[in-house]
Amino acid sequence: MDYASHISVQDLNVYYGNVQALKHINIDIPDRQITAIIGPSGCGKSTLLRCFNRLLDTVEDVRVTGKVLVDGENIFDPAVDVTRIRKKMGLLSQRPFPLPMSIYDNVAYGPRIYGQRNRRQLATLVEKYLKMANIWEEVKDRLHEPASKLSIGQQQRLCLARGLAVEPAIILADEPTSALDPQSSQYIEKQFQELKNQYTIVMVTHILRQARRLADYVVFMYLGELIEHGPARDFFDNPRQELTKEYIKGVIS
Amino acid sequence: MQRNKIEEGVAIGLMWISTGIVLLSVVLILGTIVVKGFPALNLDMITKTPSGGFYLGKSGGILNAIVGSLLLTGGAVIVSIVFSLPVALYLNIYAARESRFAAMVRLSLDVLWGIPSIVYGAFGFLLMLTLGVRASLLGGMIAVSLLILPMMARAMDEVVRLVPRDLLEASYSLGATRWETAIKVVARQALPGILSAILISFGRGIGDAASVLFTAGFSDNIPTSLLEPAATLPLAIFFQLGTPFPEVQARAYASAVILTAIVLGVSVVGRLLVWRYGRHVVK
Repeated sequence: MDYASHISVQDLNVYYGNVQALKHINIDIPDRQITAIIGPSGCGKSTLLRCFNRLLDTVEDVRVTGKVLVDGENIFDPAVDVTRIRKKMGLLSQRPFPLPMSIYDNVAYGPRIYGQRNRRQLATLVEKYLKMANIWEEVKDRLHEPASKLSIGQQQRLCLARGLAVEPAIILADEPTSALDPQSSQYIEKQFQELKNQYTIVMVTHILRQARRLADYVVFMYLGELIEHGPARDFFDNPRQELTKEYIKGVIS
Repeated sequence: MQRNKIEEGVAIGLMWISTGIVLLSVVLILGTIVVKGFPALNLDMITKTPSGGFYLGKSGGILNAIVGSLLLTGGAVIVSIVFSLPVALYLNIYAARESRFAAMVRLSLDVLWGIPSIVYGAFGFLLMLTLGVRASLLGGMIAVSLLILPMMARAMDEVVRLVPRDLLEASYSLGATRWETAIKVVARQALPGILSAILISFGRGIGDAASVLFTAGFSDNIPTSLLEPAATLPLAIFFQLGTPFPEVQARAYASAVILTAIVLGVSVVGRLLVWRYGRHVVK
């Protein structure tokens, strides 16, 4: 590959207690594209995603060997400042979890942490990222209402805006549409297609059709192993591995 | 089928009876103190300190005990918050969730919670003797703090524990440290529960007689410093009930009405606060 990759995984192993959840994963995630990690439940796709921003740290009794390089830096190096790594990535989880504060404060949360105190600049940032997440028109008149009052689809877009406000280079999404109604899902998918020009997007999904619609690059995992990965068209049209073929055909799911 | 229905009927019947007994108890207790205390309840009771001969049925009020109790319990509640909140946040955010250490701390708090208040009174008294402090507002505050701290810490621990993990992760993934997450997210999410914990502890603290018996002393004057003895409502009730005069005994019931009204008033204010500040809570 002739491009420098934001995220490069080298011989990554993850153990929960005595169970090995990820086995010898090696992969480079292409920049400014949508990479879909697919595979059946329990294949380790969420675990892989959570390695990228070290949210795995919050799990107890977990052991990691190998490297994940983000911009050339091994993020599992004990000397690394975790919050700096996390600033590089926005995360969308399965179910949106707005913070217990107003819509405005949700988006301003990240910038404030990073020291932005200027009220006018904060207001500008909040507007910018709410627009970017395509929710500004719906909330501009009630920015100071609790975020928990929004519909779940709006909450997910708010979470997107909140993640973008940290000015990351990477967006991580863990089945971001699984709790949403079809229309809200469509909003998010549309947003991703616009955002991929500026961001590297890594998305876990168990919806094969979603991966077909969105992904530029596909990573297929099965029982903790990386089975096959490649550009989306190659992957879906000419799968090389038997397991991949079966998964695409729906024999295994 | 028939048998199932009978079982269901009996169970529901028992639940009704239990609920009825609880409600009846509340009505009976409130009714008793109001009926017996009402004749003695007047403005003097809450605006005047006891004058000469108060305990013989003459003029005056129990302002000394009202102010004493509020100061003492208020102080104890503040001291307890200062120690309880960090414990609750530590156990749930910093300590590994199911660690042996966290389990040990929780067990210790539960044991402390179960210790009778007279023991805290005695312990506080010994502590004061060692430190050379006499029965005073400060001594009472220390004893009541010891009494309510375990309860408050455990109650806060339970509500902080209910904060969804995903909410913590949402904050971490934005680059927040544990400390920022604890203060800006967890404390806000758990705020209604934290306020409830404070209210319960306040109610328990202000109504307890045994812990202040040796430690706070008693005085007919409103304390002007931490080192002066302070009257408290439970002891005021105790002393007045102990006199042989029916007028004074009626005042004991009036004092009980006042004490109950204070606890009730604080609860209502607390509920309003929960309602006011709980609107951001994510469900």
